[in-house]
Amino acid sequence: MSRAERQLDQGGLRADFPIFQTDGEDNGLVYLDSGASAQKPFSVIETVERFYTSGYANIHRGVYALSEQATAQYEGARHKAQRFLNAAAPQEIIFVRGTTEGINLLASTYGRRHVGEGDEILITHLEHHSNIVPWQMLCQETGAQLKVAPLDQRGQVDMEAFAALLGERTRLVAVAHVSNALGTINPVKQMIELAHAREVPVLVDGAQAVPHLAVDVQDLDCDFYVFSGHKVYGPTGIGVFYGKRHLLEMMPPYHGGGDMIESVTFERTTYAPLPARLEAGTPDIAGAIGLGAALDYVQGIGFDTIDRHGRDLLAYGNRVLSEIPGLRIIGTAEHKVPVFSFVLDGVHPHDMGTFLAHENIAIRAGHHCAQPVMEHFQVPATTRASLGVYNTRDDLDALAAGIHKIREFFS
Amino acid sequence: MSDLRALYQSLILDHGKNPRNRRAMDTGCDHGGQCRCTEGYNPLCGDKLTLYARTNGDVIEDLSFEGEGCAIFTASSSMLTEVLKGRKVSEIRDIVDRYLHMLTEGEAQPDPEGLGKLAVFGGVKDFPTRVKCATLPWRALEVILEDVDGSRKPLEEADAPVNTEKD
Repeated sequence: MSRAERQLDQGGLRADFPIFQTDGEDNGLVYLDSGASAQKPFSVIETVERFYTSGYANIHRGVYALSEQATAQYEGARHKAQRFLNAAAPQEIIFVRGTTEGINLLASTYGRRHVGEGDEILITHLEHHSNIVPWQMLCQETGAQLKVAPLDQRGQVDMEAFAALLGERTRLVAVAHVSNALGTINPVKQMIELAHAREVPVLVDGAQAVPHLAVDVQDLDCDFYVFSGHKVYGPTGIGVFYGKRHLLEMMPPYHGGGDMIESVTFERTTYAPLPARLEAGTPDIAGAIGLGAALDYVQGIGFDTIDRHGRDLLAYGNRVLSEIPGLRIIGTAEHKVPVFSFVLDGVHPHDMGTFLAHENIAIRAGHHCAQPVMEHFQVPATTRASLGVYNTRDDLDALAAGIHKIREFFS
Repeated sequence: MSDLRALYQSLILDHGKNPRNRRAMDTGCDHGGQCRCTEGYNPLCGDKLTLYARTNGDVIEDLSFEGEGCAIFTASSSMLTEVLKGRKVSEIRDIVDRYLHMLTEGEAQPDPEGLGKLAVFGGVKDFPTRVKCATLPWRALEVILEDVDGSRKPLEEADAPVNTEKD
């Protein structure tokens, strides 16, 4: 057992995160809302602080040392993201604000160019609103149709139906790698194979996957992959849009402005090569550098260790939660990350959230920006506990104890 | 636990578990009065409500609701219908104003005067994320009252369901 593994099991990684400390002592916070946003390790916070304190300047074109160093750090973060996703080239990594912007980028560039009236875009029933609404908007604009692959009762995509929905007019598949509301890991590699058999490109929404799974975009062979920095222990406001180089080369520019041009006259503008062409304006430099530190942090732990820890917490959480009378776990897919969405007889998730908050336990209650998922399971809302590297079995024991108290209160 | 007891008083727990007047009303009815309904929606938590009112002259003879939500929301809807049923519109307006004032005005102390048992919702103010749960049915009632006294365009032309964004 490696040092990181021992530390994970004993909650040792809590010490890496200042949020769990008050005046140098562990403050007992039970944070089970990493699916909404993960907490930040010291290394990320210090990297961002150091950049603003002693390394800050705008990037590109500056001829002085500070600007050169800032540029090197920013481009260094791009290389880290490239290695993190195993992308073929750093030019395939475009920094965006987050997953939502990445999906909108694709819809308004590639989508507008390649999707027309009568064409189809295929998504699944478990998507986050951010992988539904941009496609609905594109469909409204172009007259295309949105097709939705259904779920089974465990919250897994019906793969037969998915294959059948891929048709002559399908122009794009957009699918979550991992469901935010249920924790289901989609068989994205199989989905991509099916789509590619019909020469349909695939966007994978990796927002909920990258904190838990090693992602290899070349092995998946996905055409586009997007994720947010803040869910993988990085800063807010920064994310990654990956695209295969030949597809990115074909895409029209997204935002017009500085940095994305080669030359501008009032008659004509020629655009810069990738990745600058898709990164108009001064980017979130500190965010990108902080994200680089976050990717270093998770790769330092290692995905083998993260995966083993996640599986242990998933099995343990299933056990302690299923012992609670009247509790039903929503989403019981065979392949899951440690996310528990559940309902409790007689207690609304909102009341549950308030009670658990009182016990210093942070969970999320509501529809989790996935109203179609709630409708599928015929629940108005669920309580969701989503875990990260700092969580331990003790956190799940605290959650179960809190729920037992709530049951007593409302009985 | 004591501040949670202040939020979830026994009256709220009772109405939350056993809501009164949770039923649809036939809005095409003809009881000599006029039936109206309006919808309330909290986009943050997904709570949805349909509030029904049957008016006769300046009296709201019957009030009922349909909807599923948390204990605070359900109790607030239930107690609204129970307390206000059979009262004059002008009287109801006054209670609605007092109730919303109690829950949403920053500085003012909860003023139980004139609110009777509705004062049990005063504790909700200390839980800012839950204020909307307790105001949603009352915001829907405001729409109905505006419709009753003609200060609002007819409901079918009105905008989509009220929500409680302003709370």
